[in-house]
Amino acid sequence: MEIFGIPSQALFGQLLIGLINGSFYALLSLGLAVIFGLLNIINFTHGAQYMLGAFVAWLGMTHLGMNYWVALVVTPFVVGATGVLIERSMLKQLYKLDHLYGLLLTFGLALIIQGLFRNEYGSSGMPYPVPDVFKGAFNTGFMFLPKYRAWVIVASLVVCLATWYVIERTKLGAYLRAATENPSLVQAFGINVPRMITLTYGFGVGLAALAGVMAAPIYQVNPTMGADLIIVVFAVVVIGGMGSIMGAIVTGFGLGLIEGLTKVFYPEASATVIFVIMTIVLLIKPAGLFGTQK
Amino acid sequence: MRKISGNFKTSLLAGAIAAMAALPAQAQISDGMVKIGVMNDMSGLYADITGPGSLVAARLAVEDYIKASGSKLKVEVVGADHQNKPDVGSNIARQWFDTDKVDIIADVPTSSVGLAVAKIASDKGKLMVNSGSATADLSGKACNANTIHWAYDTWMLANGTGKAIVKSGGTTWFFLTADYAFGHALERDTEAVVTKNGGKVVGKVRTPFPTQDFSSFLLQAQSSKAKIIGLANAGGDTTNSIKQAAEFGITKGGQNLAGLLVFLPDVHSLGLNIAQGLMLTETFYWDLNDQTRAFSKRFAAAHGGKMPSMVQAGVYSSVIHYLKAVDAAKTDDGTKVAAKMKELPTDDPIFGKGSVRADGRKIHPAYLFEVKKPSESKGPYDYYKLVATIPSNEAFRPLSESECPLVKK
Repeated sequence: MEIFGIPSQALFGQLLIGLINGSFYALLSLGLAVIFGLLNIINFTHGAQYMLGAFVAWLGMTHLGMNYWVALVVTPFVVGATGVLIERSMLKQLYKLDHLYGLLLTFGLALIIQGLFRNEYGSSGMPYPVPDVFKGAFNTGFMFLPKYRAWVIVASLVVCLATWYVIERTKLGAYLRAATENPSLVQAFGINVPRMITLTYGFGVGLAALAGVMAAPIYQVNPTMGADLIIVVFAVVVIGGMGSIMGAIVTGFGLGLIEGLTKVFYPEASATVIFVIMTIVLLIKPAGLFGTQK
Repeated sequence: MRKISGNFKTSLLAGAIAAMAALPAQAQISDGMVKIGVMNDMSGLYADITGPGSLVAARLAVEDYIKASGSKLKVEVVGADHQNKPDVGSNIARQWFDTDKVDIIADVPTSSVGLAVAKIASDKGKLMVNSGSATADLSGKACNANTIHWAYDTWMLANGTGKAIVKSGGTTWFFLTADYAFGHALERDTEAVVTKNGGKVVGKVRTPFPTQDFSSFLLQAQSSKAKIIGLANAGGDTTNSIKQAAEFGITKGGQNLAGLLVFLPDVHSLGLNIAQGLMLTETFYWDLNDQTRAFSKRFAAAHGGKMPSMVQAGVYSSVIHYLKAVDAAKTDDGTKVAAKMKELPTDDPIFGKGSVRADGRKIHPAYLFEVKKPSESKGPYDYYKLVATIPSNEAFRPLSESECPLVKK
């Protein structure tokens, strides 16, 4: 059977690949959406923090013999802690100012971090092996699916849905959402709002680092790996609606699929298709697909 | 009075002419200084292959030349980052030639940028000696009197790796091609070699430049059932596609990869576990002979322990020959020096003895290598086994096939 001249088996394979890339988009845009939704900061350092995640895993492996699973747990905390430092020392000063200041600060930080790593480790990247459990692949009948990629889809879905659940369905999430609406009122109820905001930023950064560790065995661990991805991820967040958690998850996976299909039907356009969609969405629904106009 | 005045004018004129004719050779060097601009990718995916290492190579070359020849030339080396963008590269080239008094631009990787700078060098009567770009068009249909193509090119790569693979039974090909001038040229030249030697191209896909995730394209290559997947890309694109091909079990499924342009830093970055067995063609490897080893050790000492890539070694070799030609021509005029560079034979520790042809193509041997198994390697940078040496007269496109208008047929 063929669909538009492509054998349906090949097409299923491509859809699955799209879903894998979508997992990374979803994980990264989720962190961005959490940070924007709760801190009102457009976190341009996100790509660099994703890269930091991969590098911490790589450094841990080469210098401390840290294996993949330990890295998966430890790295988000390490990189998240640097996020907390950034929030406490710098971002905190900017909440009362225009979005633009936060954007400029985080963009500058991203350039500095990337520059430092490039200086130290060069630009062609470091190898990070696939963990032994995930070596090999499933033969699904229609494609050869590396076990590691299957794991990425599952892990990312679990993390995304758990985050959504915490923010939208639990008491902690309710505090967080209330604190963005009216911080002084929430503070009056005896909740330490500044600390909550700091930890939220740390959490968002930790998500980026987690994505970085998951990406390390697939791509080269490379100082510019985040810079290449962050622009696309921003487009994903804009399409989903800035600050919308579900929007970020659904558009992340959805755009991964669309990009995957473009790679089959018109590969030359696969680098631009997301931006074309972004333009169309902005024209029709300026707040994004899942966003609400304030 | 009038007579005296006439005499006075005449003698003044004669004096001026005499003064001009008697100008010392030194004065033919514009502003008394030879300025070499090394333009490349200082921060992106080609930065380890070219980048700051090429600057180190150019400075070493100047030092070595002055010391060995006792030349009185004053030389300055400057660098710039073209970010792999033809518009950025063109702006830098114009500024360098017009206001910054740069006499020669060296390196210039990324074929789209290399072609743009070649045009500017020609328009302004300056000189580009290109070691970084791959496209054979630089000494083919886009050649000009002010451009010399130094280290390698797509015809040489296709002729080395492509031919060897077809001859060893890799008869059906699928190309993953970086979607810009370089990828297109490499694909075209390799396809020609494949078909000429009895092989067949069953499909190709053009991948955006640069790409992180090649899995979708690799899957298309997999379902094409081609015996060989030809990677017409470079740098980070190549390492990512090789790494992901291993992940998707492409090589285990009986298909083989042909890395059409793989540099030493790429292999270093991939690690031998993944890169082993890869066939590749280069014109330089640090461990070829005593001379290359001596040069490479000095280079590594000046560049954080990293061994030179073929491009960086090419920059060293090209700067030495350029300075030799400036001294011999007693001028730094781009067009005249280019002519002198073609006239003088080349000789350096990098490529040995060679020459520069009328079409601007530098000629030297090429080598077909195979990447060692981890068990065969003695340590970092001990990566290649020499499979075959392709002599100078066969390594590059013969002049008889050249489309370059400078070649008289």
